[in-house]
Amino acid sequence: MNMHVTTIRHHLSDDLLAAYTSGDLPEAFGLVVAVHLSMCTDCHARSMALDVVGGAVLDTGDKVSMGEGALGAALARLDAVAQLPRPARKAHDVPAPLADYIGGGLEAVKWKSVGKGVKQAVLRTDGAASVRLLRIPAGVAVPDHGHKGQELTLVLRGAFRDETGRFGPGDLEIASDDLEHVPVAEPGEDCICLAATEAPLRFKGLIPRIAQPFFRI
Amino acid sequence: MQAAGQQTNWTVLMLAVRDQGDRAAFAALFNHFAPRVKGFLMKSGTPEAVAEDCAQDAMVTVWQKAHLFDPRKAGVSTWIFTIARNRRIDALRKSRRPEPEDLDWGLGDGESPDQADIYAAEEEARELGQALKALPAPQRALIERAYWGDRSQGELAAETGLPLGTIKSRIRLALDRLRREMVKE
Repeated sequence: MNMHVTTIRHHLSDDLLAAYTSGDLPEAFGLVVAVHLSMCTDCHARSMALDVVGGAVLDTGDKVSMGEGALGAALARLDAVAQLPRPARKAHDVPAPLADYIGGGLEAVKWKSVGKGVKQAVLRTDGAASVRLLRIPAGVAVPDHGHKGQELTLVLRGAFRDETGRFGPGDLEIASDDLEHVPVAEPGEDCICLAATEAPLRFKGLIPRIAQPFFRI
Repeated sequence: MQAAGQQTNWTVLMLAVRDQGDRAAFAALFNHFAPRVKGFLMKSGTPEAVAEDCAQDAMVTVWQKAHLFDPRKAGVSTWIFTIARNRRIDALRKSRRPEPEDLDWGLGDGESPDQADIYAAEEEARELGQALKALPAPQRALIERAYWGDRSQGELAAETGLPLGTIKSRIRLALDRLRREMVKE
């Protein structure tokens, strides 16, 4: 399904794109990047350009001889291996890499309430960072929070505003650890976001603090 | 497969693997790319024995995924780079890299690339390689390091003694210069 959005104003930084290209992002951040690329033709083209340079780095780099018999061993394996098909991806109401993690579209998400009508669903990734879907009712503010390390928030539906600007579908907010912000969902439509964090969020309000252990992040 | 003296066209060989299951073509690709994949992985901090296995696995994956190769979307070196990169994530970090949806290319799936596409892809790859080699050594090294990965720019600063801001501006300078080289061609 083509989900490209042409009104995206908040894009991937060069640093993030470079780390995604070299394969150094934790899986949770890689997922947010892959979903943004699925929605943003500009960043997708930048990403492919970096892969092309990667091909040139590979091709012009130093060679290290393969062990004796390596080619024979590889040839001997060819008969035994099957074609690797492109993973079948069904059309869902979310971009394909996200549907892979949900196991379907938004209807398949197992939301858990975290208070004030805000819901979330943590997605399973390797432990280096965590990623979850957030559903914020229209007009509601997410509790004031700071975070250790970087936080990436990608809007899938609706929009939110915070101290730094407005974020609509496809927009990516890159927040460093010094940003303490209060994202507020715009009136009219619930805001659904995909958010990756390096370390557990630190909520400042009393009730959110108590609730935090249940967030499983 | 090509006249003596001509440069090997990797795209032609890759299409022979894809369309005819040509083992001689695979062997030629292996002989060229496997030592480069191994070298690349070792620069990324992979121990030699692991790099050797990963390079062999990557080349077998090239065979297994040959039916997905489309020279209109990516040249051979780019395509093998992405396969090698993903093998490294799998082998070293036991993790994976989520992949985006394919761009809408407006290409019919069954259509085959014409000769012009095949030679354009090769030519572009060659020009980019030449532009990379033409960079001053320190700038080229910075670009290479960004791809070897697993090495933060902060660690780079400790090694080179350069402050982070200087390193970042040098990387930007190197990429700008690479772009200008490409435009000149």
